[in-house]
Amino acid sequence: MARSVTTQHKTIATIAAWIVALLIFFPILYTIITSFKSEQEAIQGFNLIPSGTFESYIEVQAQSGYFKFFLNSVLLSVGSTILALLVAIPAAWSMAFAPTKRTKDILMWMLSTKMMPAVAVLFPIYLIFRNLGLLDSRIGLMIMLMLINLPIVVWMLYTYFREIPGEILEAARMDGASLWNEIIYVLTPMAVPGIASTMLLNIILAWNEAFWTIRLTTTEAAPLTAFISSFSSPQGLFWAKLSAASTLAIAPILIMGWFSQKQLVRGLTFGAVK
Amino acid sequence: MGNITLKNVSKSFGSTSIIPGLDLVIENGEFVVFVGPSGCGKSTLLRLIAGLEDTSGGTINIDGRDVTGEAPAKRKLAMVFQSYALYPHMTVAKNIGFPLKMAGEDKATIDKKVGDAARVLNLTNYLERRPGQLSGGQRQRVAIGRAIVRQPTAFLFDEPLSNLDAALRGTMRLEISELHHQLKTTMIYVTHDQVEAMTMADKIVVLNAGNIEQVGSPMELYKTPKNLFVAGFIGSPKMNLIEGAPAAKYNAKTIGIRPEHMEISTTAGEWKATVGVAEHLGSDTFLHVQADGVGPLTVRADGELAVHHGDTIYLTPDKAKMHRFGPDGKALAS
Ligand SMILES: Nc1ncnc2c1ncn2[C@@H]1O[C@H](COP(=O)(O)OP(=O)(O)OP(=O)(O)O)[C@@H](O)[C@H]1O
Ligand SMILES: [Mg+2]
Repeated sequence: MARSVTTQHKTIATIAAWIVALLIFFPILYTIITSFKSEQEAIQGFNLIPSGTFESYIEVQAQSGYFKFFLNSVLLSVGSTILALLVAIPAAWSMAFAPTKRTKDILMWMLSTKMMPAVAVLFPIYLIFRNLGLLDSRIGLMIMLMLINLPIVVWMLYTYFREIPGEILEAARMDGASLWNEIIYVLTPMAVPGIASTMLLNIILAWNEAFWTIRLTTTEAAPLTAFISSFSSPQGLFWAKLSAASTLAIAPILIMGWFSQKQLVRGLTFGAVK
Repeated sequence: MGNITLKNVSKSFGSTSIIPGLDLVIENGEFVVFVGPSGCGKSTLLRLIAGLEDTSGGTINIDGRDVTGEAPAKRKLAMVFQSYALYPHMTVAKNIGFPLKMAGEDKATIDKKVGDAARVLNLTNYLERRPGQLSGGQRQRVAIGRAIVRQPTAFLFDEPLSNLDAALRGTMRLEISELHHQLKTTMIYVTHDQVEAMTMADKIVVLNAGNIEQVGSPMELYKTPKNLFVAGFIGSPKMNLIEGAPAAKYNAKTIGIRPEHMEISTTAGEWKATVGVAEHLGSDTFLHVQADGVGPLTVRADGELAVHHGDTIYLTPDKAKMHRFGPDGKALAS
């Protein structure tokens, strides 16, 4: 009796989970479906079966050159992530293993910058970028993306490092390890899973970032977010082409996310589950 | 060699003084046990010796060398932690070999010494496993293996057996004692287990609120506790401490009599008592009694004693083994 109730519960929960998952995924699915339609089909209304034409893709590539945007997206997301890790690892390290009275305040302050609406600093940042000649440069955008994601990266790494028991590091010190050896042989291997999932999440965040990447670039440094938006304005709305562009933009990150699900879940829960 | 001398060592965390100032001499080859109530500073003292905490004052000498400001790695001490603190990403062999690797030994030497240590500790079949795949007792042995592979000046143990079940604790206790006889290296061992303290130690250091109450061999502490604190702390079950008229009769503020130092009779004796709970273990009988005009007492009898709840018995303390304490809590000369 009790057993059948729990199986029933499980079945209901599974169905509910599938419905929620489908609801969340549906816009993406419909985008992909639409991308395989002709423009005419696309405006004809709701239809789940496309004619299967590739014409939108061919036109999108011919019109704007997908690969340059793709390359920029890769460079910006990976580059900004590496920069962020270089800054965040030592920062999180010292906050986790040599905390002071103010450590918690600093962490909260860093997080609070994420609550601020980005528009509030659009002008100052834009002017700084213009004066430094960083507009539409990859380096400038990399730094920008690094800065906006830094609070999250530091927080995630901090929570991971905190999970490493201090006694293990002390044991290494007792075993004669220098600070350097302690970091190489004990700390880093234990922190690698945490660093990896932080890296993955940050790449995705940087890849999807659409506020600064669109506003601070024109052509040279423009990533896929700018690529998509270029299909929405001047020529009017072309649903099929916009869908094809969007599909092309999200496909790489979707594939990467699929293969690194395990790390990502760990990353998204901020190390709360093992 | 492994002489360790602490001179006026003190430690505060912020404004809280944990160890106000303490002197202690540990001779080479001694097995020294730190005991004391929870929070009295045993671990802190051990960590000061290890170098994992900085002293707030005083000096620490190892073999005549002042190591007060030195990093733990330079003190050549080995430590076994309560949580074992094994490296989870390394195999057992790598864990045990880690100190040797840090010391720059070559691979052949490391393999040989790790093999030797594993043999001593019955770990030979587990060398390729990770700590996560071992039982508590095996992990403890790996932690000990990691401590013994290189010849440290001294071993520091912080409640190494407290995560193990009673049976395993018994075996490991013997193994550590055996190890001390073989290696003859100085060992400092923190515990709150009476049996560990009494059976393993050459010298017991009784700590209370960061102060040393008494230092001595287990039998010295058992037979001649300097004050009420030590009297109440050493020995299991605890010594009975009696105040008031029965103590005044012996010219003391407080008298102490151990549960095993009272004669039990069903007909006559100094104190008349009613039996409460009687614990029959076969080898011993522990009686928790209420003595008229004296208060609650614990009494131990050898073997089985057919006394039960509600019975009346008579107790006579063994005067030669009675402890007398003055108003300041210090032992009075007998
Ligand atoms: N890093 C620290 N910061 C502040 N106070 C501390 C710190 N470490 C220890 N203490 C305090 O110092 C006192 C002694 O702690 P310690 O761990 O040495 O006790 P202990 O005798 O080992 O106790 P137990 O038997 O419970 O292990 C405790 O009151 C503890 O709260
Ligand atoms: Mg302790």
